[in-house]
Amino acid sequence: MKTQFASRTALERAQRALRMLLAAALLALVPIAGSAKTALPLAADPALELRMMNLAEVLRCLVCQNQSLAESNAELAVDLRNEIREQMRRGASDQDVVDYLVARYGDFVLYRPPLKGSTLLLWSGPGILLLFGIGLLTRTIVRRRGLMQKAPLDAAARARAQELLGVSGAKESS
Amino acid sequence: MLPEIGHFALILALTLALAQGVFPLLGAARGDPAWMRVARTTALGQFLFIALAFGALVNAFVSNDFSVLYVASNSNSSLPLQYRIAATWGGHEGSMLLWVLILAGWTVAVSRFSRHLPEDFVARVLGVLGLVSAGFLAFLLFTSNPFLRLMPAPADGRSLNPLLQDIGMVLHPPMLYMGYVGFSVAFAFAIAALLSGRLDAAWARWSRPWTTLAWAFLSLGVALGSLWAYYELGWGGWWFWDPVENASFIPWLVGTALIHSLAVTERRGAFKGWTVLLAIFTFSLSLVGTFLVRSGVLTSVHAFATDPARGSFVLVFLGVVVGGALLLFASRAHRIGLGGRFDPVSRESMLLLNNVMLAVAAGSVLLGTLYPLVLDALAAGKISVGRPYFEAVFIPLMAPAMFLIGVGPMAHWKKTSLPDLAIRLRWAFAVGLVTALLVPFAMGGWSTPVSLGILLAAWIVTSSLAGLLERLRQSRHSMGILAGLRSNSRSYYGMLLAHIGIAVFIAGATLVRGYETDKEVRMSVGDSVEVGGYSFRLDRIFEVPGPNYIAQRGEVSVSRNGRAVTTMYPEKRNYGEQKNPMTEAAIDWGFVRDLYVSFGERLDPTTWAVRIYHKPFVEFIWVGWLLMALGGLLAVFDRRYRIAAREPQPAPAPAMLQFDAGVAGAR
Repeated sequence: MKTQFASRTALERAQRALRMLLAAALLALVPIAGSAKTALPLAADPALELRMMNLAEVLRCLVCQNQSLAESNAELAVDLRNEIREQMRRGASDQDVVDYLVARYGDFVLYRPPLKGSTLLLWSGPGILLLFGIGLLTRTIVRRRGLMQKAPLDAAARARAQELLGVSGAKESS
Repeated sequence: MLPEIGHFALILALTLALAQGVFPLLGAARGDPAWMRVARTTALGQFLFIALAFGALVNAFVSNDFSVLYVASNSNSSLPLQYRIAATWGGHEGSMLLWVLILAGWTVAVSRFSRHLPEDFVARVLGVLGLVSAGFLAFLLFTSNPFLRLMPAPADGRSLNPLLQDIGMVLHPPMLYMGYVGFSVAFAFAIAALLSGRLDAAWARWSRPWTTLAWAFLSLGVALGSLWAYYELGWGGWWFWDPVENASFIPWLVGTALIHSLAVTERRGAFKGWTVLLAIFTFSLSLVGTFLVRSGVLTSVHAFATDPARGSFVLVFLGVVVGGALLLFASRAHRIGLGGRFDPVSRESMLLLNNVMLAVAAGSVLLGTLYPLVLDALAAGKISVGRPYFEAVFIPLMAPAMFLIGVGPMAHWKKTSLPDLAIRLRWAFAVGLVTALLVPFAMGGWSTPVSLGILLAAWIVTSSLAGLLERLRQSRHSMGILAGLRSNSRSYYGMLLAHIGIAVFIAGATLVRGYETDKEVRMSVGDSVEVGGYSFRLDRIFEVPGPNYIAQRGEVSVSRNGRAVTTMYPEKRNYGEQKNPMTEAAIDWGFVRDLYVSFGERLDPTTWAVRIYHKPFVEFIWVGWLLMALGGLLAVFDRRYRIAAREPQPAPAPAMLQFDAGVAGAR
């Protein structure tokens, strides 16, 4: 669901970027009177940049304190962004880039840990917790229900308790 | 001289805390009123001495006393006064001192506002708080003394991290600690109840306002932290699933479960054991949070400290607190009893389901936060667990709980009927559904995740209003609408407000996620760019001297359809001692959208990389949290807690509940 979400907004952004480019191109055709000009995107290829940044958001900047490659301005992050951009320009898919980075830096670079032996518990943990919680909930409710049905029938215990409390059984039944 | 006085004051506070921990507990066990009375006096004394120590430290900062090591490493003379004061808790030692100060403050508040409670119960509550405080004071004195001298004194100090030189640093940590530490009161009430065998509705009623108050503070603290990160870090995010953020969010989740569970315990006498466990866990997780942040096991923006002695101390302390509390719980569990009975479909069972979801969510966030640390410690590889994991796990777990917010308050205690609920809520659901279908189009394009988020938000609002309307309709026969409104309790309105706060938060988070636009451009003076329908023009760049930095300030005029909207001033600040310039984003705050301009690198003498965002409804995120906190506060001031304060009541309920427990136990 999440990736769908990201790609949809990515698409929207790309469309907007494209529209902007068109507008910019049209503007360039018109002789401009004033000195105001439209600021150029930082990236040479905004669509590629967008793709690069979307990927960089789920990759860790290895020398930073818990920042993604997209957020960080550290030298390494800038270098790696250039590297990713370059590889994408040469036609590498997102997976190719990820594989390359993992081969070089290990799983540490991924903010979405891969599913394997050592992360099995990480990925299954929430599900196990949920099953455990629901199990406990069901048990509690079923037990309560048993109590609710049994309670009125257990007259002997009630009578004994009332005796202890000094309430006469005759009064209770009337 | 003053720092030494502060040091001695801390030692005296430790001895008083020990006295407060030992004598009242023994006195309560032996039924000795004189020993029990020690609690209130020592609590006050302890507070005064800690306040003295804190004052001494603040004074050292204000007067630039760099012969104190802690001051020299966290402040310098060019720092403006408000940040010198805030620098008191800018490092490890000072923030621990703030922690014990707040703990002592809560303790005095409890001793002051608990005169209507049985003396032995208060003695036990204060005793437990005394022991907790003694642990932290020992931690301070033995591993993190803020009053150590540095000889010879340097001429000037190292500075506070520029990121921390912000009003956020003045407000966020005290607020967060008010919440964290406040849960120690809930914990103390739970332990006192276990010790005295008074696990009943009365205990829940006494404990409830304190717990809700702590929760409200924690909510504010979390929200302030998020807001601060948003405007200070310069890349416009508001939650990063950073381990330190999680450290405050996990206690919040469990605390949220706790205030709901307490409601059932107070009203129906049920879930007593579960409530006690939650109280123990909420406080323990606050301690885990402290351990995570303070031991240096994390590498993140917030972790200042790296000293194994501290980590081991907190870990042992944590073991004693959690282990001791759970042992006590286990030894008393058979006496707790079940309390009021309820049907599988009832308000109780829905609240229980809400508790399960919140607890599972908290457990999952904890798992994701600790997993890389454990894996690393076991030398099983280094991994990172970040946003993709937490969102994949957290959102599906929370969505059903959010849906329940609409149903739970409409359900009857003990037994409710699903078809009846469906009929009462059908209009609320219909309105919610239509809203969810319309909003994405109004915002500029269909998006399924947005629609689902809006459905939840709208559903919470409409179902809350449906509940209110129903109450009004029931009371209308006898009185007018105003009187009807007034007949509901403050805690009811508190609940409504907090739930609507959740809805507002969801709406904000969803909309900004779905419709945010941004551009990263190179700008020279005179250049303009259009983002989100607004046109941004860089008019000039000029140098501005700050108290301890020099800023390059840009002037960006913003217009929409040719009409001027505002002028924004993003900055890049050079703090002399820091190598990298800090980004100070300019934000034009607005109810329906924020404009966010942040300078990146200087590309050449006249050109800057500039990142501009249009963030629709982003402020709903913090408005939502604020509403939650306000809802909590409103509930704290419910009349029934004060009525209880005026007439000390023997409470007939406990006898009956104990009878229930006895019957249950007999089986």
